[in-house]
Amino acid sequence: MSILLDKNTRVIVQGFTGKIGSFHAEDMKRYGTNVVGGVTPGKGGQTHLGMPVFNTVKGAVQETGAEASIIFVPPPFAADSIMEAADAGIRLCVCITDGIPSQDMIRVKRYMRRYRFEDRMTLIGPNCAGMITPGKAMMGIMPGSIYLPGRIGIVGRSGTLGYEAASQMKALGIGVSTSVGIGGDPVNGSSFKDMLELFEQDPETDAVLMIGEIGGPQEAEAALWARDHMKKPLIAYIAGLSAPKGRRMGHAGAIISAFGESAQEKVEILKGAGVTIVPTPSSFGESVAEVLSAMNKAA
Amino acid sequence: MDIHEYQAKELLSRYHIHIPRGGLAYSPEQAAYRASEIGGDRWVVKAQIHSGARGKAGGIKLCSSDHEIVAAADAMLGAKLVTHQTGAQGKLVSRLYVEEAMDIEREIYLGFVLDRKSERIMIVASSSGGMEIEEIAEAEPDSIIRATVDPGVGMQDFQAREIAFGLGIDNALIGRATQTLMGCYRAFVDYDAAMLEINPLVVTRRGDLVALDAKMSFDENALFRRPHIAEMRDKSQEDPRETYASDRGLSYVGLDGNIGCIINGAGLAMATMDMIKIAGGEPANFLDIGGGASPDRVAKSFRAVLHDKNVETILVNIFAGINRCDWVAEGVIKALKEVGVPVPLVVRLSGTNMEEGRRILAESGENIIVAETLAEAADKAVAAWRSFTAGKAA
Repeated sequence: MSILLDKNTRVIVQGFTGKIGSFHAEDMKRYGTNVVGGVTPGKGGQTHLGMPVFNTVKGAVQETGAEASIIFVPPPFAADSIMEAADAGIRLCVCITDGIPSQDMIRVKRYMRRYRFEDRMTLIGPNCAGMITPGKAMMGIMPGSIYLPGRIGIVGRSGTLGYEAASQMKALGIGVSTSVGIGGDPVNGSSFKDMLELFEQDPETDAVLMIGEIGGPQEAEAALWARDHMKKPLIAYIAGLSAPKGRRMGHAGAIISAFGESAQEKVEILKGAGVTIVPTPSSFGESVAEVLSAMNKAA
Repeated sequence: MDIHEYQAKELLSRYHIHIPRGGLAYSPEQAAYRASEIGGDRWVVKAQIHSGARGKAGGIKLCSSDHEIVAAADAMLGAKLVTHQTGAQGKLVSRLYVEEAMDIEREIYLGFVLDRKSERIMIVASSSGGMEIEEIAEAEPDSIIRATVDPGVGMQDFQAREIAFGLGIDNALIGRATQTLMGCYRAFVDYDAAMLEINPLVVTRRGDLVALDAKMSFDENALFRRPHIAEMRDKSQEDPRETYASDRGLSYVGLDGNIGCIINGAGLAMATMDMIKIAGGEPANFLDIGGGASPDRVAKSFRAVLHDKNVETILVNIFAGINRCDWVAEGVIKALKEVGVPVPLVVRLSGTNMEEGRRILAESGENIIVAETLAEAADKAVAAWRSFTAGKAA
């Protein structure tokens, strides 16, 4: 059933009536996502794109039974929207918003700990392209047509680099179970390791492609977890080989500030954990195909 | 966003952190006048640039007469200081900070950072101040004390006390040390800092605890609610190529190579730069045009990239999701017509409206090298750059 999202998942849009929220609500619906309404404070009771608008997430959850939410709220208000979703009992929240202050995200992460782990909302993002379960549903801003349904999980920080990987795989006839963009911010909702755990348990995923970049400890943490707990093959690429130390490369989190955060160091850590490395960003497809053919031979 | 030492000290002094008496100077005469205002018989003249390690580069001078102050100021003002943090081009000194010299008994390192692992604010302290934290971590790893702050309640006095005692600070100064640590934490939170470093924090012979240097940088995503901090931006300390681009809303980082890059998405931009390097070239810049790139925005990107006179080839790589390849193609044509592109141009378009975009490029009659895949784009860009430089040399 892939991870987190399928065609039955009832989704609401926070920041529903804005230009961006409206555009992507329609696009997601067209792809097959079960969008059931949205939230814009002060516009509750209206109908937008043929769907109900609510003042609060709690109201939307009560009326529509929504389980998932996607956020297109501007950065100054986005952290508040995430906490509202968590408190309303939303199970999965994807925050697309780019530019949320780090201290707001620290507060969000602290706030979410008030819920027991089993009841805690899964947050994807912020500053991400969202997620897609090809052929079933998408909660994000990606072009759905570049993904072939299949059995490889993808998790990456960057949106467009994930598109590059998915389209290289599609060109070789390799499909995707679910692709998740965890976003480029230093403090984010779900880590690489969180997603690897879900893919490892998913019966419809055979192998996982992880697309990391410079900065932060998450790739190394994922590598160690995979070494000790993962039975499915893990394939990884790290962007930023040519990035100098101390310079922020677009993403707030893409900055080399400590040992183990450069692309070369991360690649060494991953190799040491037995992870297959994608040598160049033009060989995502080939690297995945090689791992798949080795798996078929072994079987 | 970084600020100068004197600005950081001014901010911290509002939070009851003791700083040496000092004043700002824009000329040698003003520097000498500041010293006379401060009084005493020893002063330090400090170049205000956005970089550490100024001392080794000649940016910090201890002086004991008017004459020495004027000479030191004269040497520093207008000079470009090169440290290991500034790059080879160095940073321009246009303001000086003159301070009373301190009688130092011992030096302490104190830093506040956003720790990505714990997702909390972390305090890093060491009794071996004066060196950079990387050097301390190598030479005296056991001297480093770390503590994280629970964001629900903020930093507590006991944490500050534990750190102060851990640093071996005298009982008589523990109260002052606690105030200093708590003040730093409050300044960090109140101004949305990303980093705060006092190195060194000194114990003086007179029994005070004083911030001899101070460095702060701020979360750019939070500047919208910190206008007072945003005003402290000093564009003279930035790479002019980056200032030009950021004033136009583009995410740009200048590098040392010759192949200019225009790409959508930070990850794809880094990967494309890597691919250029693998193909044997060097990227001139990182540039992410972001989502929803209009033809106008694409044309602006060309201007920003060509602002760098080292650029000898341009590579455009777009994987359109919310972008549209036809708009990007129109932007490329617009740039060729309006900006003029005197170097080879390689364009790779993929994703939304790809066929339409490629058709616009093909029918334009312009001299554009088209590529279909990332590898092809990088190879063609490097080949075009090689023949362009060979042509120039001949």
